[in-house]
Amino acid sequence: MSAGIDLDNVCCDFGSFRAVDHVNVSIQPGEFFSFLGPSGCGKTTILRMISGFTEPTEGVIRIGGKDQRGQRPNQRPTALIFQNLALFPLMPIWENIAFGLEVRGVDKATRRKRAEELLALVDLHDSADKMVSQLSGGQKQRVAIARALAVEPAVMLLDEPLSALDLKLRQHMRAELRAIQKRTGVTFIYITHDQGEALAMSDRVGVMSQGRLQQVANPRDIYNNPVNGFVASFVGENNILGGDVQNRAEGMASIATPIGTFRARLADAAEGKLKLYVRPEHMVLQAAPGAENSVPVTLTEVAFEGNFVSVHAVTTNGTTLVAELRNDGSTPIPASGAQMHMAFDARHSSILPDSANAGA
Amino acid sequence: MDDLLRRYGRGLTWGFVGLTFFWLVILVILPDFKLLESSFRPYLPVVDVGGPKDTYSINNYLRIFGGEVPMSIFGFEVLISPRVKVLLYTLWYSGVVTLVTFLLAYPLAYYLAKIVSPKSLPTLFLLLFVPLWVSEVLRSFAWWIILALKGPLNAVLIALGIIDTEIRWISGYSPVIIGLVYTYVLFMVFPLYNAMQSLDSNQIEAADDLGAPWWRIHWRVILPHSKPGIASGAVMVFMLSAGSLLVPAIMGSTTSGWFTQTIQGIMLEEQDWNTGAAFAFMLLTICTLVVTLAMWVFKVKLSDIAK
Ligand SMILES: Nc1ncnc2c1ncn2[C@@H]1O[C@H](COP(=O)(O)OP(=O)(O)OP(=O)(O)O)[C@@H](O)[C@H]1O
Ligand SMILES: [Mg+2]
Repeated sequence: MSAGIDLDNVCCDFGSFRAVDHVNVSIQPGEFFSFLGPSGCGKTTILRMISGFTEPTEGVIRIGGKDQRGQRPNQRPTALIFQNLALFPLMPIWENIAFGLEVRGVDKATRRKRAEELLALVDLHDSADKMVSQLSGGQKQRVAIARALAVEPAVMLLDEPLSALDLKLRQHMRAELRAIQKRTGVTFIYITHDQGEALAMSDRVGVMSQGRLQQVANPRDIYNNPVNGFVASFVGENNILGGDVQNRAEGMASIATPIGTFRARLADAAEGKLKLYVRPEHMVLQAAPGAENSVPVTLTEVAFEGNFVSVHAVTTNGTTLVAELRNDGSTPIPASGAQMHMAFDARHSSILPDSANAGA
Repeated sequence: MDDLLRRYGRGLTWGFVGLTFFWLVILVILPDFKLLESSFRPYLPVVDVGGPKDTYSINNYLRIFGGEVPMSIFGFEVLISPRVKVLLYTLWYSGVVTLVTFLLAYPLAYYLAKIVSPKSLPTLFLLLFVPLWVSEVLRSFAWWIILALKGPLNAVLIALGIIDTEIRWISGYSPVIIGLVYTYVLFMVFPLYNAMQSLDSNQIEAADDLGAPWWRIHWRVILPHSKPGIASGAVMVFMLSAGSLLVPAIMGSTTSGWFTQTIQGIMLEEQDWNTGAAFAFMLLTICTLVVTLAMWVFKVKLSDIAK
């Protein structure tokens, strides 16, 4: 059982401060959807509105098509996993997991049986009678998931559940979460400020900034076709160059920057202050100048990172550019101090407005 | 200790320690030992003190048995000594006081810890403390006036049409209970507030989110978390109530003897400090036993209370 969620022009004010600003998005049943954004951008507030702890100031939230206005958290088909998990430390693990069933009047034997099934689902056998304090961070994580799954929610809401874990465990739990979502088919709404996490796990990602939804797309499009500078810079690295845009045609344009004029993609609708964004991995170094989008540079720093080589270079007027070269043996690793040309493909670079906030 | 030395220097630190030591040993521990010692010696005219009749015995303690009066305990009629009867009533009604303070303090502490906005908290605390600025004697007399047969409480209740004829509030143990509850309720509120305040509000929300109604959230999450606070509050209220002299003396009626009044009578009227001391230590010991028993029944550890 899973349900879709519609946020229809949802706003949330705290006093005169607008924490969530006209958010519109339709999340499909069974989808793994992530809200991605920096700290304080309103992610938790969105989740609290969906679960019913905070009422939207404006707009409507629908779960499975049903308007949720006036529904208490305990009446909604959602289960929230808190940023700090909020397990009950005075109950053994199995009672934690079965708490939702206890509330629903399920008898003890059934509760116990169900708790053990769920523990098996999250790969935590033999922990039913332990106390919360006896578990590791990753195990607590799984208990929180099992506790939420026990009430068979149509929607699971997860608030940065992996942020407290170390890197290795985090990567492991990513795969685990994704697998649990696939197995149960429940709609997952996942919140994170870690772009890698959002891109790796989600069907679609909504990138937020200052209470506004900047872009909703699948992870590939978020990374390859960001709609504005905020999304481009929040998700991955960029070389950013300001300048005047000329010759707009067929989704392409020229931009005259202080280090030269380049051609790049430009959405027809794009307006406002525009800048050129090129990702370091799309920069190439070559001995001779290219036909277009090429600039002479002096390499200042060549850092060998293992699977790639990070190259910092300065142009003749002192602008720093960064390139990342794959360490696949196709080209020799250049030396620091070398004079070369840095070039990029027009199809892999974009001219973007700053962010949706600037336009509105 | 090192920390204190560093912060306050040698002179001040040893000054503090010395004064604390003086207070604890000279003013508290030694007099208590003296009383404990004399509780095992008979009450004698001055000339006989230290003489052949001045020997250790538990006779003073046995004086609690003597005489027989009827008493009904859970419906059973028994004959027991009047002093034991007063002691049992003291323990029983101290327990009642503890229960009533808990029932009053729990919602108040919850309100203060989890509902009130932190901004108005100082004002509310101030309001709670204001009554403490008035002396206990005056507060007890005030209650005595409020509860009087022709007093304001009955007048208000009659004016509101809640009752037709005056209720005799001051009879039996009820005024003592009211007075003790009023005097000691804050000793329950603050430990409870402390305990509840340390509860992560997300746990309450998590229970809510999992579908729990409010009463189950209290029963399964908030109450268990508050147990150490309840325990320390209950111990304080119980001990203070059982040991209170002023409230039973002012608010009591002829039928509401409190064991502290018995002790006072022996010490002041009979001038028999030896027996008075014996009874006082008996009260202390029995209260401690009751508390220990209650802690065992409710599975509270001493270390929980110390928190
Ligand atoms: N109860 C509240 N009262 C006033 N302001 C609030 C309240 N809750 C959140 N805010 C404000 O709303 C904004 C968004 O908060 P929110 O908790 O949604 O951020 P977030 O995106 O989850 O951040 P983080 O990644 O740090 O958890 C913040 O600026 C915060 O200060
Ligand atoms: Mg948050």
